[in-house]
Amino acid sequence: MALRRITRELNDLGRDPPSSCSAGPTGENMFQWQATIMGPGDSPYSGGVFFLSITFPTDYPFKPPKVSFTTKIYHPNINANGSICLDILRDQWSPALTISKVLLSICSMLTDPNPDDPLVPDIAHLYKTDRARYEATAREWTRKYAM
Amino acid sequence: MSSDYEYSDDDADYYDEEMMDGTQDDLSMDSEDDMDMEFGGDDFKTSPNGKRKMYEVDYESLSQPAVEKLMAEEVEYVCNVCGLDDSAANLLLRHLNWNKERLVEKYMDNPTSLLVAAGISVPEPTAVPSTSRTRSTDNASASRRSSRGASRLLTSIGVSKAKSPVTSPTLSYHTPRSFKPKLNEPFVCPVCFDDSPQIRTLALECEHTFCSECWATYLVAKIRDEGELSVKCMAEGCAMACPDPFIRTLLVPSPRSPPGDPQQEIDHAKAWSHFQELQVRHYVASNKRLKFCPYPGCTNTVSCPSAADKSSLTTVVPTVSCGARGIGDQMTQSQPQQSGLGLAGKEHKFCFGCHIESDHKPVVCGVAKMWLRKCRDDSETANWIKSNTKECSQCQSTIEKNGGCNHMTCKKCKHEFCWVCMGPWSEHGTAWYSCNRYDEKAGVDARDAQSRSRASLERYLHYYNRWANHEQSAKLSLDLYVKTEKKMEDMQITSSLTWIEVQFMKKAVEEAERCRMTLKWTYAMAYYLAKGNEKDLFEDNQRDLEKAVEDLSELLEGPIEPENIPTLRQKVTDKTVYVQKRNEIVLEDTAKGFLEGRWRWNVAVDGFDDPADVVV
Repeated sequence: MALRRITRELNDLGRDPPSSCSAGPTGENMFQWQATIMGPGDSPYSGGVFFLSITFPTDYPFKPPKVSFTTKIYHPNINANGSICLDILRDQWSPALTISKVLLSICSMLTDPNPDDPLVPDIAHLYKTDRARYEATAREWTRKYAM
Repeated sequence: MSSDYEYSDDDADYYDEEMMDGTQDDLSMDSEDDMDMEFGGDDFKTSPNGKRKMYEVDYESLSQPAVEKLMAEEVEYVCNVCGLDDSAANLLLRHLNWNKERLVEKYMDNPTSLLVAAGISVPEPTAVPSTSRTRSTDNASASRRSSRGASRLLTSIGVSKAKSPVTSPTLSYHTPRSFKPKLNEPFVCPVCFDDSPQIRTLALECEHTFCSECWATYLVAKIRDEGELSVKCMAEGCAMACPDPFIRTLLVPSPRSPPGDPQQEIDHAKAWSHFQELQVRHYVASNKRLKFCPYPGCTNTVSCPSAADKSSLTTVVPTVSCGARGIGDQMTQSQPQQSGLGLAGKEHKFCFGCHIESDHKPVVCGVAKMWLRKCRDDSETANWIKSNTKECSQCQSTIEKNGGCNHMTCKKCKHEFCWVCMGPWSEHGTAWYSCNRYDEKAGVDARDAQSRSRASLERYLHYYNRWANHEQSAKLSLDLYVKTEKKMEDMQITSSLTWIEVQFMKKAVEEAERCRMTLKWTYAMAYYLAKGNEKDLFEDNQRDLEKAVEDLSELLEGPIEPENIPTLRQKVTDKTVYVQKRNEIVLEDTAKGFLEGRWRWNVAVDGFDDPADVVV
């Protein structure tokens, strides 16, 4: 069941790839994927290419996939380990969601961080009080780690 | 048990009780005594059987089906008042934590928004007239819905009462509208991408259609892994809740359906029963008059209206028992003859008012909790302080001497003193490093001050050590019980006594354990009682009980000589009766004191008058 669904998602991704994202299995194991996200043009992450690792649970899609950044990124909702604080990856997960939708949600999170539910409070604080400095740091990290 | 049960005839009363509620036999220890007619059962009673003692509370033990019945009554109430069907009423109650008054109020105010918030009806894409207060508009909207072909969740009273909860589920939850247009192209489940033509599809009123297998797997995951009370539709962002009949349809196979994968069926059945337990737990947690039995694996509930209100906890100690015994696999429904001190016979006794998982009679919850907190924080520390530190004779700061000479300089007040005699260092003159000046006046004064500050610590330790000792002794009574059983066997062999006649030993051990629990908590109580006549009387009662219990314990521990058995039996029986009476006196008098508001505390206790405000 999980395998059929994952295969189907992979086919759909190949047939109709979402803009600025890509994803696929890293090796033989269909439950372990790698994804890339291009930094959105209207964000300080513009120009960067960010890698993510995706692990599907065996009871996928009834449990959310585990998604985390492997590229370092300066963002209020993503911590140093690459963990992402996103509701649809936790309690708001729905079996009807797909990896493609999840990646698009992460993309839009890069453009619009949610500082009121932060994973890294320091960055969230800076984002709220000194937007220019936040953007400068984010740009610098992008240049340093994602280009 | 209330006074309604009072009859002149003891026996009739007893049987009446049995018939009223079989699970309650061991609420009062008297029913156990009834088993034991051998040594003049009546001597064991200090109050008429069946009548509630002053230190007991009225309560009722409820099994899971009994609680489910209560829930059904609430659901029916909501059905009748709001004109909803069972499953809608159920979801609404769940949504509002079983507060039916608020439910009715909110429903009358704006039924549409409440139904949408609870996930019962689909939010209308256009503006909804929110002023529909009368039932006629409700019915109108209901008929609008059903004409659309959606499942009939909103129905009038007459229909909802006549309708059985589970009827041909596939049809009733199937939404033809969303299905029919897709008949041209094969249906593909958006979750598993299965497109075989045989799959059974289902949807809630929101018309998000998925295959039944995905639904079932989803429900099991939500219920088993997340303990979800109200499972939402699988579609992204959809707030529709699955009604119980829908869940039941998917998890409980209908008798007509062909047998499926046995492991899967077991999982589904487990999830369904877990779901029902979750509902019961939620209902119990939402109701102040109910409490779930805290013992592991037990699903019973206790209803105790008299302790529902926090303020009542200053006058009563609501010790209750759920009626079951034992732990885990050894659990049985209560059988008095099976009583004993082993785990298998352990009664599920707990306090309704607080989280202390045992009987803390006679002391009220507030004081018991305060005492436990103090013991947790203080006992070890206090013992260490007592043996390792002294107080500065000027500012009373606690000082540990961890090396160096006897010339101490207090870090806080800079007072210089001698560690050995506690006198000021200046008086030591040239006799440095050795203190032989015991009788100096200042030194004596300093030691007095020291002993005063130590007194409070000593006082605490006095109570704590006795409290802990009784706890320990009560635990050891398990060993004593095993030994006693051995003795009982021996006695049957060495004397002409029969099995029933040697029961007095077991009886005595049980009584001793019970009394030790009382004693234990009397020390917590005495620690906080303000000095005065009342406390003296309390401690007199405590002393009498303690002495009696120690005497009884000694008798039980002693060796058994075959020729002495009749004397021993007489002695133990007498002592047991006496101990029981003393215990009754302590419990009764303390409970009476709480009702009369007689007890005064030396500290502020939640719910009581501040000791500072009390005119002595």
